[in-house]
Amino acid sequence: MANRISDDIIEYVGILAKLELSGQEREQARRDMEEMLCYIDKLNELDTSGVEPMSHVFQVQNVFREDVVTNGDGGQETLCNAPEQKDGMFVVPKTFV
Amino acid sequence: MDREYETVIGLEVHVELATRTKIFCGCSTAFGAAPNAHTCPVCTGMPGALPVLNRKVLEHAVAVGLATHCEITRYCKFDRKNYFYPDNPQNYQISQLYLPICRNGYVEIGTSQGTKKVGIHEIHMEEDAGKLLHDDWEDVSLVDYNRSGVPLIEIVSEPDMRSAQEVIAYLEKLRLIIRYLGASDCKLQEGSMRADVNLSVRKVGAKEYGIRTEMKNLGSFRAISRAIEGECKRQIDLLESGERVIQETRRWDETKETSYAMRSKEDARDYRYFPDPDLVPVRISDAFLEEIAGRQPEFRTEKMQRYKTEFDIPDYDIEIITSSRHMADLFEETVACGAAPKKVSNWLMVETLRLLKEKGLDPEDIRFSPAHLASLIALAESRVINSTVAKEVFEVLFEEDVDPESYVEEKGLKMVSNESALLETVKEVLAANPKSVEDYRGGKEKAMGFLVGQTMKAMKGKADPGAVGKLLKELL
Repeated sequence: MANRISDDIIEYVGILAKLELSGQEREQARRDMEEMLCYIDKLNELDTSGVEPMSHVFQVQNVFREDVVTNGDGGQETLCNAPEQKDGMFVVPKTFV
Repeated sequence: MDREYETVIGLEVHVELATRTKIFCGCSTAFGAAPNAHTCPVCTGMPGALPVLNRKVLEHAVAVGLATHCEITRYCKFDRKNYFYPDNPQNYQISQLYLPICRNGYVEIGTSQGTKKVGIHEIHMEEDAGKLLHDDWEDVSLVDYNRSGVPLIEIVSEPDMRSAQEVIAYLEKLRLIIRYLGASDCKLQEGSMRADVNLSVRKVGAKEYGIRTEMKNLGSFRAISRAIEGECKRQIDLLESGERVIQETRRWDETKETSYAMRSKEDARDYRYFPDPDLVPVRISDAFLEEIAGRQPEFRTEKMQRYKTEFDIPDYDIEIITSSRHMADLFEETVACGAAPKKVSNWLMVETLRLLKEKGLDPEDIRFSPAHLASLIALAESRVINSTVAKEVFEVLFEEDVDPESYVEEKGLKMVSNESALLETVKEVLAANPKSVEDYRGGKEKAMGFLVGQTMKAMKGKADPGAVGKLLKELL
């Protein structure tokens, strides 16, 4: 089942993931993805017709919070993760022209 | 617009829900905090953080669904919509793709051709993103995540609208319903209601839809109308000159009144949705549905019907008062305080609406209490104050919700109708205006109005105009 990942797919996934890949990295990514597809092929050997898709392992449902403020000022802690900050905000490359 | 073409419009309306806390964490949604103050590991997507659904969000979403005749999805769950953009540090937005909470509803709108149903394809719950600010001095953007995780519902209509007028009617109807429910304040200018417009054109009679574009950044009803007219013309011009419409997202520039295509990088359509593993499914029980249904308010149509039988006021008044739930509540509460319905409706329709318009406010922003309005009406009715003073007091009431009784007392605004108290002033006015006196005696009725006015002015507006007129006539 080799060569199912075309150059176009690598390129496209790279754009979606906002990654710039070198030639060598592209080859590595291609191999990884093909391996993953092989694994999925294995799963596809099972007949799953009539089986509901499962999104959760546990049979837990309806877990809610009440609408009550429980958090205080988290600004300091959140901004600890900012590589750069200004006026209490995260600085990022300009997003708009 | 060109008669050969028909415009087909569907709307995606985002509404910020009126909750105290965010959709999946206990951070406050209050407006005006310092940037990033209302953030925590959950709403900034830290690894290992565990989101838990705010019950109020589900209640609001179901209430809006019931009010718009939707089927409620009894087993629903959340999905991750993956995208990379600095407004969302999780790199995915928690939303609902596969099993949205509401489906297949409609609202009725009034059009020039009568009532029309606009279908609602679905309503789903999701979280808002952070806010990007653009630094004027440096080539960077700044991010404030206070809004990240604020609960939204997205109401997706069917492509059932055919003109800007129908779109506005649909939005006004949605806003009315949602405000009646208290689920949101729905302010376009402040962004608590946002509409994206999907628009295509086709030849009249065509069965297939044309290629559509999506228009974003529409901050007012006016912008929406202008953008629809502009986009409609742009698409027809393209087709007429033999070109194609390209499916794309366009951004409306309100100051330039034109739209431009957003860069394709901002327009990646492949969101690779998958079920959110952190949030457990929601199963809606009969009891929950009944609880929400039982709490639905009296909506406008029913309210108008009741007002017709309960209060002796004209249909026109009823229509205006019930256009806002808050105003209708205020009306009923003021009447319950003992004021005559027609008097209350006059104060709301004339003075209140005038001040709201002057200050650029909505009826939802009215802050004075019904008891105080009733007390002002009582003061005016029992002629403790005259109508001019009543209007002045009302302006203060509107701004500061003062107690009219003590305010009138404090400021000494009571009406003077006692003849002996007025006599002195009237005499002075007559002495100071011999020309008017002569005119009046010569048969010019108009002069009387002037003399009453002069007396009122001398009395700083507090005199009883009737008593003044009577006294003047006697002396003349």
